[in-house]
Parts: sequence; structure tokens; C-alpha cells
Amino acid sequence: MNIKEAAEKLNLKILVNGDMDREITDCYIGDLLSWVMGRAGEDSIWLTVMGNINSIAVATLADVACIVLVENASLDDDAKAKAEAMDVTILQTEENSYRLATKIYELLK
Amino acid sequence: MSAIHLRYEVPGDDFTRAGEASGAVKKRLKALGYNSDAIRRVAIAMYEAEINMVIHADGGYCDVDIYPDRVEVLLADKGPGIPDVEKAMQAGFSTAPDNVRNLGFGAGMGLPNIKKYTDEMRIETEIGVGTNLYLTVKVNS
Repeated sequence: MNIKEAAEKLNLKILVNGDMDREITDCYIGDLLSWVMGRAGEDSIWLTVMGNINSIAVATLADVACIVLVENASLDDDAKAKAEAMDVTILQTEENSYRLATKIYELLK
Repeated sequence: MSAIHLRYEVPGDDFTRAGEASGAVKKRLKALGYNSDAIRRVAIAMYEAEINMVIHADGGYCDVDIYPDRVEVLLADKGPGIPDVEKAMQAGFSTAPDNVRNLGFGAGMGLPNIKKYTDEMRIETEIGVGTNLYLTVKVNS
């Protein structure tokens, strides 16, 4: 499943349009950036409430496929600019991580 | 075989620019065809160290030497030094202020993460003088 399909099927709002054809192979949930950076798998869809500029750096370094801001967590302006510059896709949903993750699990099965 | 030598300045107190050095090194290693696991380990260790320098030491510089079999990184700052290295190495121990925690850092995982992702790690630190952090990531291990 690529990001575009995930966004459609999960009804996610697109805040930053990066490489939408990128494949998603796993899912990771976390808000502590040091934790996420060390553990999120490559090509994961990363669910978090952290919409600051450091999240973008972590997404890039850990090579996750995209970020989903859950529970309508906001994206800072400088983070948006950085994500656009780094080609990192940012999505958003009003759902919480747990509920969204159960749906992602079904799609990745 | 001679190394590729890179130097980056790490600006102090500027979270928006932390990650520039590690991002640039990541890109460079990718272009050189190093394996993705090694690249990831170098990038994560460097980013954690950069964040440490931004939080605690008002920035510094970082020297990167790329060899065929390993990547060596020196992160040097003129910060306050680390009073108790053993304590700083404990997972969960942090002296970071609240504003840093709100950004998702300050969980006391920086140095433990760096140790986890590198093959060698050495800290030279002196109170009031600064800290040198030496890292080595082996490429084919």
C-alpha cells in the first residue's frame, strides 16, 4: 500500500504532499522523538502528536514513509516548510493512534 | 586509504537547524553507496549528539571522517562539560529544561541511544571547558 492509497482509505487530510507513491510496510506510534528515532522501522507510517520541526528531522533520519498527526494535532509553520523542503508527507486525522492503527493493521495484513 | 573529511558547524540554541549536519552526512553516505543500516546508525547517533549540543552546550562543531570500513565522528563543544558521565549515560537521566521536553526531547535517551547505535563511543569532558564526543560506526559489522 502506498501513501496515497492509505490517505484515501483512512480518510486522512493531506497537510504536506510529499512522495505519495512511497510504499508503507509498517506502522509505528510514539511521541518521544529519541525513542521513535531509534525504533521506528524504515517505511513506517508514523502516528504522533508531535508536529514540530524536530519531528521532520526524525522522520527523515529514521526514513519513515510519512507522518500522521493524530487527534488533529497541529503542524507548526516552520515544520511545514521543512517538510516541504525535505519532501516528507504529513497527514492528519481526528482519530486517535489506537483507532487509526487498528485500521492500518487491517490494510497492511 | 584516505578518508573523506567533512566539517559542520552546529548552531547553539537553534532547534530548527539541529539535524542539518546529520542529514548532510546521511545524504553523502547514501551517495557513496554505504549500506542503509550503517547510514541509519551514523545519522541517529549524530542527530542525538547535535541535539545535545544545542540543548546543553550552545553549539559547537562536528568533524566526520568517512573510511571504506567505518565512519568516525567527533562532536566538540565549549559547553559546561558533563559533571557525572556515568549518570549521563543512564537511560532516563536528563538535565534538559521543560521547553526541550515539550519538543519531544529530554527523555534521557540521547547518550544511551548514541551508545546503542555506535560501535565505539568515547567522551572527553572537562567542567567549564567543554566536551568532545568521539563516535565510530563500523560499516561492515
